[in-house]
Amino acid sequence: MNAPNQSGWKPTSPVAGTADGANTVTGNKALMLEEPLIFEIGNCETTGVDLPEPDLSSNRLGGFERDAEIGLPGLSEPETVRHYTRLSRQNYAIDLGLFPLGSCTMKHNPRVNEKVARMPGFADVHPLQPVDTVQGALGVINELAQWLCKLTGMPGVAMTPKAGAHGELCGILCIRAALEAKGDAREVILVPESAHGTNPATAAFAGYRVENIPATAEGRVDLAALKARLGPDVAGVMITNPNTCGLFERDMKAISDAVHAAGGYVYCDGANFNAIVGRVRPGDLGVDAMHINLHKTFSTPHGGGGPGSGPVVLSEALCPYGPLPFSEFHADGTLTLVEEETAGERHPHSFGRMSAFHGQMGMFTRALAYILSHGADGLRQVAGDAVLNANYILRSLEDALDAPFGASGPCMHEALFSDKGFAEGMTTLDLAKGLIDEGYHPMTMYFPLVVHGAMLIEPTETESKAGLDQFIAALRSLAERARAGDETLKAAPIHAPRRRLDETLAARKPVLTWSEPEVAPGEPSLSEQGGS
Amino acid sequence: MTRYFTEDHEWIEVDGTSATVGITDYAQSQLGDVVFVETPDEGATLTKGGDAAVVESVKAASDVYSPVSGTVTEGNAALEEDPALVNTAPEGDGWFFKLTIADASELDGLMDEAKYKEFVDGL
Repeated sequence: MNAPNQSGWKPTSPVAGTADGANTVTGNKALMLEEPLIFEIGNCETTGVDLPEPDLSSNRLGGFERDAEIGLPGLSEPETVRHYTRLSRQNYAIDLGLFPLGSCTMKHNPRVNEKVARMPGFADVHPLQPVDTVQGALGVINELAQWLCKLTGMPGVAMTPKAGAHGELCGILCIRAALEAKGDAREVILVPESAHGTNPATAAFAGYRVENIPATAEGRVDLAALKARLGPDVAGVMITNPNTCGLFERDMKAISDAVHAAGGYVYCDGANFNAIVGRVRPGDLGVDAMHINLHKTFSTPHGGGGPGSGPVVLSEALCPYGPLPFSEFHADGTLTLVEEETAGERHPHSFGRMSAFHGQMGMFTRALAYILSHGADGLRQVAGDAVLNANYILRSLEDALDAPFGASGPCMHEALFSDKGFAEGMTTLDLAKGLIDEGYHPMTMYFPLVVHGAMLIEPTETESKAGLDQFIAALRSLAERARAGDETLKAAPIHAPRRRLDETLAARKPVLTWSEPEVAPGEPSLSEQGGS
Repeated sequence: MTRYFTEDHEWIEVDGTSATVGITDYAQSQLGDVVFVETPDEGATLTKGGDAAVVESVKAASDVYSPVSGTVTEGNAALEEDPALVNTAPEGDGWFFKLTIADASELDGLMDEAKYKEFVDGL
């Protein structure tokens, strides 16, 4: 086997050597194995499968045959398995430990969800199968839809959007369709400073001009400023509730009433719904459209573990404009799909389609399994525990880290800190890198923008008190080092497979494709050296 | 030539009806390492306070607003290759764009250097 990492292009620490000064011949550190790129260990001549030589004497490619090596690496089966298993060991995942990314809701993905999703009746169906052969799958979509409507207090839901931002687009397109149906073309969407970053992007993508609404000193939407801006040109507002400062927007009903009075609609970013599920129904707060991240609130895997899913609940006013297709339940207990063929009669005002088929079926089964295994009372406790855990972190650390909105009352599902009080030159980034040494994925940092050097921590409800205590102890120690100006924190991480990476260089000059390193004349090239 | 500053941390240097716009040293220090800049095309019409350019750092992406209305005569092509100029020379070679000023009276509300320094010290 080649010496690992011989091309040497991979990022390494500016500080050479390991912390204890001991380097190994292989580059491995005990059972943590240094793994080269697959292109560096595989080559075109090796294959793990014996195939008969193909007969290439005649073909119908019309002269488009490949005339050079394809350049794909070949490896034996055990080499392939080991390569990806070794890489996976360098990954960090929710199955390894606390993943405190604020705003991302990295909660445990219960295994019962996986068991249900793998049942052949759900896992092996095809979206083009005859409808009468997939009644069970349609039943799942329909039952999940009913739960989402009930939990949000909204009359309808579009199940097809594939993720949060896709759901936002669906909601804004419903608003646009509703306004255009009234012949009322409006141009502006208002977005508060404390909203998710995708909100202004969605509004702009849907053709609206975005205007910011400032936050109050306590981190909530400035209702007076919002009211002052409302007018005949405002199509709607996009509000994240609970917001990215981890606070519940107490004026939500007043905001909705004011927007409706001005002829606009209210979009609510439901990414943080896990903080209020079972306790607050957005429909009661006057929301017209809200996406629900099944991959956050309802525990379906995400962040490399699986695709998102972002159904959008809709108010009475927006329901007629929702996208196709959707499943329709009949009195005799059967389900049909409303698609373009029947839309003229069943759903004539639809703005169109968000996706080719019915949505993320695998996520629907997982989310419904989660909902049914928790029940209504269990979901209510999910929100309670998520908020309790976040407040435990906020109050345990507010003497060590600055909590800019600590005086605004209890936080919701996430705790927000700033870098105020750090010694000159110490940054949020240093503290985040220190967390890697302590064995944690760093928190969300430098977001929301309204807080300097923001650290947004979302523990979720699935962490135990013992787990939180250990995390708090690690963070407290790092905060003390940052306040004291401990220069060794600038070198963190010192225990990770790679030391501090040059993120600026990576952003300015990204290397996105591998190319064979140039070799001196006479030397064999990498692929000629053989893979094993 | 006179240099003015805005509350959005942009500077504009005026020479007759033409002007050069960039972001201030304070702005670049808050953004951190700049990794990408998008400048307006020549001939683009800008309105005072409207989006003119985009600056992206390792921490955040921000819009750069036009301090006055006018027509763009040049975007700083050097920033495409070397966005770090915004960090090393924000008020010199790291300029964003040049424009022809449509209405010189729009300069009236802007700050001079001393006033801007006072404004930043108060943040």
